Amino acid sequence: MRVRRERTLSEVAIGAGHPTAGASPPVALAASGLGKRYRRRWALSDCTLTIPAGRVVGLVGPNGAGKTTLLHLAVGLLAPTSGSISVFGARPAAGPQQLRRVGFVAQDAPVYRSLPVAAHLRMTAALNPGWDGELASRRITRLGLDPRMRAGRLSGGQRAQLALTLAIAKRPDLLILDEPVAGLDPLARAEFLESVYELAAEQATTVVLSSHLVADLERVCDYLILLVASRVRLAGQIDTLLASHHRLSAPSAGPVRPMPHSEVIAAAHSGARTTLLVRADDPVLEPGWTRDAVRLDDLVVAYMSQAAGARAADGRAAGATGVIGSRMPR
Amino acid sequence: MIGVGWLRSRAQTAAAAFVIAVVVVIAAATGPDLVQLYRAAVAGCASRGNCKAVMTTFATQDGSLRLWLGVLVVIAPAIIGMFWGAPLVASELEDGTFRLAWTQSVTRTRWLAVRLGVAGLASMAAAGLLSLVVTWWAGPLDQAGLSRFATFDQRDIVPIGYAAFAFVLGVAVGATVRRTLPAMGVTLVAFVAARMAVTYWVRPRVLSPLVLIRPVNVAGYGSGGFLPIPVAGPSLQLQPPNLPNAWITSTGIVDQSGRGLPPAELARLCPSLGQRRPGHGFGHTQAPASAVRSLQECGARLGALYHEAVSYQPASRYWPLQWCELAIFLATALILGGLAIWRVRRIS
Repeated sequence: MRVRRERTLSEVAIGAGHPTAGASPPVALAASGLGKRYRRRWALSDCTLTIPAGRVVGLVGPNGAGKTTLLHLAVGLLAPTSGSISVFGARPAAGPQQLRRVGFVAQDAPVYRSLPVAAHLRMTAALNPGWDGELASRRITRLGLDPRMRAGRLSGGQRAQLALTLAIAKRPDLLILDEPVAGLDPLARAEFLESVYELAAEQATTVVLSSHLVADLERVCDYLILLVASRVRLAGQIDTLLASHHRLSAPSAGPVRPMPHSEVIAAAHSGARTTLLVRADDPVLEPGWTRDAVRLDDLVVAYMSQAAGARAADGRAAGATGVIGSRMPR
Repeated sequence: MIGVGWLRSRAQTAAAAFVIAVVVVIAAATGPDLVQLYRAAVAGCASRGNCKAVMTTFATQDGSLRLWLGVLVVIAPAIIGMFWGAPLVASELEDGTFRLAWTQSVTRTRWLAVRLGVAGLASMAAAGLLSLVVTWWAGPLDQAGLSRFATFDQRDIVPIGYAAFAFVLGVAVGATVRRTLPAMGVTLVAFVAARMAVTYWVRPRVLSPLVLIRPVNVAGYGSGGFLPIPVAGPSLQLQPPNLPNAWITSTGIVDQSGRGLPPAELARLCPSLGQRRPGHGFGHTQAPASAVRSLQECGARLGALYHEAVSYQPASRYWPLQWCELAIFLATALILGGLAIWRVRRIS
C-alpha cells in the first residue's frame, strides 16, 4: 500500500542541513533555529529541518518532541519565539494566498459540534476561493455521512474524515495532518489512511502526517522525519533508509567491528548472541555475522533510544564511550 | 464569509428574533388600545379643564408591563454582550475550533472584522428594534408622565449604542480571558460598571446644565431616611419646580453670591426644623396648625435672604443627549473592536 514515487532523492540525510550534491529538490517547508516558548517552557527549541515538496512525509517522535508545536508554527496558528519557518518560501499565514496553499487537520479533528455536516461544507466553501465542492460532496457521499447530521454526533472516525474532507477540498499544495488517526479504531484508522493515500496518489499534494505510530506512517508515507526533543534524528526516503540500515547478529565472542565504514546505532546482548543495528551504505560482512533486513519501526525505536541515551549521557557528563540502545531491534 | 457569521450564531439570532417577536405581539395586542385611551383622555380633560390630574393618573396605567418592557430594553444589551459577544472568540479557543477557523483562506484579522461587523450590526438591529417597539408602545404613557429623562436609557436610540458596546466588549473580553464562562461574567460586570459610570458621571456633564433661580418655596421638611432615626440630618423639602420633561440634576438654597446655606444658619432661621412632633409615627397624618405656621415663618425668613437654584437639563436637550450618549458608546465599541482584533492577532 505504500506510495511509490519517482525517486528524485537518493541521499539519506542524518540530522538537518546536510549539504546535498547537485540540484536541491523543491522545498515545501523549511525551519531554521525555530523555537516556541510558552511562558517559561520551551515546547520547541532550535529546530532546523527541511521537508521536500511532492512527498508524503511521516513526522514521528515521542510525545513532547514538539511535533504539534512545529505543525502549528507551519500553519501560522503559532508565531515563533525564535528562529524562522517558511512554507513554500513565505511566512506561514502571511496572507490569504499563503493560507490557501496549506490545508490543516488539527489533532482530534476539531469541528463545530452543533453545526451539521452540510453547514461545515458551506462554511468552508465560503472561506476558501479554491474550494472543490464536487470533490467534497463526492467524498461525503462515499463516506456515507448524513449531511444533516450534527458534527457532534459523528463518530471519531467520521469526524476525522469530515475534517480531512474540509482540508482536501480546499485543494492545498501542502496538507498537514496532526495525529489524525490517534484515537481511531483500527478500521477507521485504515480507512482514513486509505483516503490520504488516494489523495497523495491523485494530486501532487505534499502531505505531512504526524504520528507516534510508525506502522501507520509506513502504510502511506514515502519519507520519514524523526523528531526527538526538537532535533531531527533521522530524515530521508523510507526505502533508502531501509536499504542503508542492517540488522546483524553473531555469537557474543564475535569481532567488535562487523563492517567497515559503518555506524552502530544500537547494540544488544542476549544470551550468547550480539545483535547490532548498523548504518552502512555498502555493507561488507565479516565472517561469522548474519544480516537481516530492518523494519521501519525498529529503525525508529533504535534512533529514539540513541537520542535518549545521548541525552542521558550528556546529563552524566563525559564517560560514556558509545551509545547503546536500551531496547533491541527484533 | 458573511454567511459564516450567521451560521455560527444561529442560536443567538433565533433567541433574539423570538424575544423581539414576543414583544411585538404584546405591543400589538395592547398598544392600539393605549393610544385610543390616551386620545379619549386628552379630549375629555380639555373640556373639563382637569388635564393635569387626568394625565398623572393615565401615566400609571399598565404600570408593571411598562416597567418590565423597560427592564427588558435595559438588560438586552447585557445579554447580547454575555451570550453573543463573549463566546464569539472564547468558545473557538475553548473548543479548539480556532484551529479550523483560522487555517482557512481568510486571515484572522478579516475573520474577526467580518464577524464583529455582522454580529455587531445584528446586535444593534435587535436592540434598536426592541427599543423602537417599546418606545412606540409606551409613547402615550411617556407623554402623559412628563418625565422623559426617567426612561432615558430604555427608549429611542441609546439602546443601540449600549448593544454595540456590550457586544464588542464581550468579544474583546473573550479574546483576552479565552474562556467562555469567565468571559461572560467579566463582560457583565464591566458593562454594568460602564453604564453606571456614564449614567451618573458622564451624562450630567456632557452639556452644562441650565440654572433656574426662584424664590424659596418650602413644601415641608423632614429627615432624610425611612426610619424614625434621622440618617441625613433635618432638611427642607422644596416645592418641585414646574419643568415638564426636564431632568433636574440638583436643587439647592443659595444666597446672592451663590453660596450654599450653612446648616447652622438653617437651624437659626428655622428653629422648629427637625423637632419631633409628639405621636410621630409612620404614614401621613395632618400636621398641627402650629407646625404649619412655624413652617410658613421659616419660609418667609429664608426667602428674605436666600433663593432656590435648580440645575436642570431642559426637555429640548433630550435628543442632543440621546445622540451624545449613542456616539460615546459607539466610539467606545469601535475602540474595543480594534482591541479585540489586536488581541486575536496576538493569540499564539
